[in-house]
Amino acid sequence: MADLNVNIGKLKLKNPVMTASGTFGYGEEFSDFMDLSRLGGFIVKGTTLHKREGNPYPRMAETPSGMLNAVGLQNKGVDYFIHEIYPRIKDTGTNIIVNVSGSSIDDYVQAAGLINELDKIPAIELNISCPNVKQGGMAFGVSAKGASEVVKAVRAVYGKTLIVKLSPNVTDITEIAQAAEDAGADSVSLINTLLGMAIDAETRRPLLSTITGGLSGAAVKPIALRMVWQVANKIKIPVIGLGGIMNWKDAVEFILAGATAVQIGTANFIDPAVTLKVIDGINAYLDRHNFSSVSDIRGALIL
Amino acid sequence: MKKFILDLTVTSNALIHENYALLKLTHHDPLPDMLPGQFAEIRIDGSPATFLRRPISIHNVDREANEVWFLVQVAGEGTRHLAQKKAGETLNAVLPLGNTFTMPAPLSGQVLLAGGGVGVAPLLYLGRHLKENGFVPTFLLGARSRKDLLQLAEFERYGKVHATTEDGSFGEKGYVTQHSLLKENSFSRIYACGPKPMMASVARYAQQHDTECEVSLENKMACGIGACLCCVENTTEGHLCVCKDGPVFNIKKLLWQI
Repeated sequence: MADLNVNIGKLKLKNPVMTASGTFGYGEEFSDFMDLSRLGGFIVKGTTLHKREGNPYPRMAETPSGMLNAVGLQNKGVDYFIHEIYPRIKDTGTNIIVNVSGSSIDDYVQAAGLINELDKIPAIELNISCPNVKQGGMAFGVSAKGASEVVKAVRAVYGKTLIVKLSPNVTDITEIAQAAEDAGADSVSLINTLLGMAIDAETRRPLLSTITGGLSGAAVKPIALRMVWQVANKIKIPVIGLGGIMNWKDAVEFILAGATAVQIGTANFIDPAVTLKVIDGINAYLDRHNFSSVSDIRGALIL
Repeated sequence: MKKFILDLTVTSNALIHENYALLKLTHHDPLPDMLPGQFAEIRIDGSPATFLRRPISIHNVDREANEVWFLVQVAGEGTRHLAQKKAGETLNAVLPLGNTFTMPAPLSGQVLLAGGGVGVAPLLYLGRHLKENGFVPTFLLGARSRKDLLQLAEFERYGKVHATTEDGSFGEKGYVTQHSLLKENSFSRIYACGPKPMMASVARYAQQHDTECEVSLENKMACGIGACLCCVENTTEGHLCVCKDGPVFNIKKLLWQI
């Protein structure tokens, strides 16, 4: 049994496997299939200061080896999370991280400030990369200046581990990652979904109500892996890799590219218990290659 | 209800129509409890075009044979894959998912189960459940033509079956809501599943006759367990997940123009 412990800022994970925001609900949806306490952590659904109904149906289209979504941050707001959901999930026995989104800096700051008060939430993931909301979201994540402003503002009110989730829909993701690090982020997670589109040739209509949406799933893995490698080589804070991880081997590849931890997203829809297989698979890989710790393979890509 | 991820074994798979397969699956342990209206998310392996699981309604549960039945409409690559599975092969299913139909009050009169196309699938198990609970379900099944009416003999085991066909080749000619049964009878509760225009038409009838009515929706979904929020329906309570809050909804909760 290899040592699977990793640290992200002040956050200690028993293993490097987390779940991605928006793919794991509030964890409860998966409790029939797995012991949630085995996870390194899970990241709850994107939470905004105020309730959001999200985009109209249809919000999802299956694509080759992947899917597009345009959910648009449907959630009941931070107060609902604090009063209704948090009491139910806080003693799950793993790190619960809240993904925070907003349409103005003030929204982010207020929501982060409220979540800062919750004892059992050791970190937030700042979503500056949602492609499915018109105002804000990705707007902050596509320029170094925008990223810097929102991260600085949240850093001022949030004392625990601050992870910034980056958009791949940019010319140079390393610039945004650098800006997040310089503004005080403890970690960056990447990638959020890639902006994509699907059309039904027969009806001549788009398959999503919003026309465009975010692509995820196995199809995006090579892009995600490349971006994680580039970012890990540029910045000093830990990188959390995600994007198309379907099994333990994909997860190991992200760690070899420089990720300290990984998130499993769309794969949860295909196998709701996939995360446990990924944890066990990483461990077996480390044993087989005689590594005593998962840290030994971080960035250990042979060039 | 506890949900399971199970590797189920195909006991039989018959093409009962050019576009429909009747797929029967078993498990080495007793199958979990399943209620009418619930569905399974079945994994399709081996093709990049079928990345996600396919949600398929539970058509029947045969406890003696320890079998769960699915009526699969071949609509694309995923369902074609399901229709081609052979006895002895394995399919991975997550089940049971979703809510169930509301049972009628005892002694509350006739209940109508109206189905069209592949929408008849959940009504067989619902009819069976109703019969086992002392009700006498009336089925009203609609199809384009005689050959498109599926599983009639099975439905007849649990209740009286009426049919409409668009070409008049069986039962009354027309759509289900044009059937004389609806003019001559009153029902205490109606359940409907089928194409949306058909369900809307049944809902209109129910509304006009002040009858409780539930419909089963089949919005496009990904996770099947209320995690991704892709399959939402607009309701009086905002966007609800068809996979978790449904698939069965009372028509009063829906914002349909009916």
